[in-house]
Amino acid sequence: MELLLILVIGLLYTGGVYFILRRSMVKLLLGIMLLGSATNILIFVLGAIVKAKPPIIGSAQEVLNKTYADPVPQALILTAIVISFALTAFAIVLLKRVYALLETDDLDNLNTPEEEDI
Amino acid sequence: MRSSILQTATRYLLPILLLFSIFLLLRGHYYPGGGFVGGLVASIAFVLHSFANGTDATMKLLRKKPLSLIPVGLGVATLSVLVPVLVGLPPMTGLWLEGDFPIVGSIGTALFFDLGVYLVVIGVVLTILFTISLTDD
Amino acid sequence: MSDNLILAPVFIHLFIAIFQLIAWRKTVTQRILSVGGALVALISAAMLFTHVYVHGTITLNASNWKAPFSIVFVADLLGATMVVLTSIAGFAVSIFSATGLSRQRMLYGYFPIFHFLLMGLNGAFLTGDIFNLYVWFEVIIIASFVLMTLGGRRNQLEGALKYMSMNILASMFFLTGIGILYGMTGSLNMADLSIKMHDVQNRSLVGITSVFFILGFGIKSAVFPLYFWLPSSYHTPPSAVAATFGGLLTKVGIYAILRVNSLIFIPDDFTKKLLMVMAVLTILTGAFGSLNKMNIRRLFSYLIVCHIGFMVGGIAIFTKLALMGTVFYLIHDIMVKTNMFLISGVIMQLRGVITMEKLGGLYKEYPKISLLIAIVLLSLVGIPPLSGFWPKVYLFREAFTGQHYFFVAALILGSLVTLYVIAKMWAEVFWKDIPADVTVDNKFEPLPFLRKLLLLIPIGILAIASVYIGLNAEAIVQIVDRIAEELIDTSSYINAVFKK
Repeated sequence: MELLLILVIGLLYTGGVYFILRRSMVKLLLGIMLLGSATNILIFVLGAIVKAKPPIIGSAQEVLNKTYADPVPQALILTAIVISFALTAFAIVLLKRVYALLETDDLDNLNTPEEEDI
Repeated sequence: MRSSILQTATRYLLPILLLFSIFLLLRGHYYPGGGFVGGLVASIAFVLHSFANGTDATMKLLRKKPLSLIPVGLGVATLSVLVPVLVGLPPMTGLWLEGDFPIVGSIGTALFFDLGVYLVVIGVVLTILFTISLTDD
Repeated sequence: MSDNLILAPVFIHLFIAIFQLIAWRKTVTQRILSVGGALVALISAAMLFTHVYVHGTITLNASNWKAPFSIVFVADLLGATMVVLTSIAGFAVSIFSATGLSRQRMLYGYFPIFHFLLMGLNGAFLTGDIFNLYVWFEVIIIASFVLMTLGGRRNQLEGALKYMSMNILASMFFLTGIGILYGMTGSLNMADLSIKMHDVQNRSLVGITSVFFILGFGIKSAVFPLYFWLPSSYHTPPSAVAATFGGLLTKVGIYAILRVNSLIFIPDDFTKKLLMVMAVLTILTGAFGSLNKMNIRRLFSYLIVCHIGFMVGGIAIFTKLALMGTVFYLIHDIMVKTNMFLISGVIMQLRGVITMEKLGGLYKEYPKISLLIAIVLLSLVGIPPLSGFWPKVYLFREAFTGQHYFFVAALILGSLVTLYVIAKMWAEVFWKDIPADVTVDNKFEPLPFLRKLLLLIPIGILAIASVYIGLNAEAIVQIVDRIAEELIDTSSYINAVFKK
């Protein structure tokens, strides 16, 4: 299971970096989303995906020992997902505005030259 | 393009989804669920309605702008965070009323915090979606 | 009970924002709420600072859990100082935006977002939990995205896209670092991490994690290979927004580098060398970039980059005196950089343009305003006894005794270039006669006297702060001395968190 997740992380990072290096705005956004997912799964794996590792109660005690996994990474990931949800929603609106205004998807066309400054 | 199948289904699905969202909100303290998920389900109900009947119809159904839910939700959540300060405990400490109540279960500051989150999520999601769908025209 | 004072600067801004959201589209109410609320926040920040200065670090465990398990809020002297500076800058900018901002932007919700931004900044300075720091960073960047795009002009949207993608990437590096930290130690509390990091066997992983943090915070604070988003976006939003960004946002990155490198990672030789190389190149590239800029705001953007290098260099040396220099420069820089962008806003009001070719003759027409601006420019350059001079003395001294000669050269060169570009700007904007073919679009002159005064008061407040920092440097040095002491010997921070 861990190996599978690690492979998925690698795949997502690769895809994310590839997309970010493209010139299209939409692909940039997709790349950022892929990197975000990769990071989330990374935290999930680093939090040790095993059963019976509760965060607070020590090994000497017998409560909470059997079926509870460490909930903290899950809380971290949930928070990160909520935040990336907001960021992605904002980014989509921004991309739509930029596209409506400039009618281009090419990041290279997003440079107003200095001579046009007021 | 309006599909009458979707419209008819939405008529029944909207109240069911809203009820389900409240169910999720209330069970959130001990079980999977809570304000965020509940709010998402509730806003999905309205999004479905807007798919079936158009964004204008949904806005008419809601009567008020979804944006006005955000300060209400933020206010409820913030006040629930600050209530423990009044009894001399640090902010965000969970205070619970004695005993169980029918349907709701136990009532405490955490429930009101979730309620605030629920309202904020509905407000934010609907505002974003309405903004995106209205700029299409 | 006094512990609850920690959260006052955060909650006051939250309440202002909530009330302003309720008063949506009522711009007069929003303006009054903004200025009044910012004043209340300033008072609460000053109370917090005096309390911390007199009684030492105070902490607050949210939701009443015990220390390593709760989200802990810590007001040590560094955090409290940053909150005070944020509040002064926030107060000045709120007055300026209440008078100088277009009604259109206010209708789209400028003020609530502005206060969410200030809330995020105060939260970031006061939290003692690394993941909570990430959350506050996200609050800051979401609010700053909205402020940056508000108005929706072409160059604003272009700048915002670059700003957004780089900042989201920075957050991702930061989050990855947090994930690895949690995997190594099983803790997120910075004081607890500080203890547990000593026992980690896998030292190379610790080094890699510290690089993740340096990358993330480096993008946010705009150091050398990671700064390119800043000069291509900071000149686009309106002056009030640019003032908040230029004064405060990059400095949160510096604050985070300071905090993380003093508490969690003690900089080893590799980190120090890395930071030093970054610092020297940041100063040089920032300085050279500013040389040929004719747009005042682009010029200021490059100066931000250049001066970030001074502070990073101080962190790279990591001796007590160098850290004193860094923190002193931080205090000076927040006041001055905020003021610079406000000044560009006033010039915009006076002339309708901000490129130097089309400007001129301001000294002849407005000698008093020009003199006020001159004070700010002089303290930016670092003419003694104004505020920019003292921190550089510390930095020079430590760079010499530590034999960091490249940094010494960069410091001298950076200061000289700053002097040169500011002198050029003074000659072009204030002394030169206005070019004959330029028609002046003066929006300032027809304003009623009160509005004119309200546009200049924030610049005055920040200028007085700069002059005070310069003339009463001894008081600042005492504060900075204690901050540097706490950064080197973190036991007081850790003891305060665990209530020993």
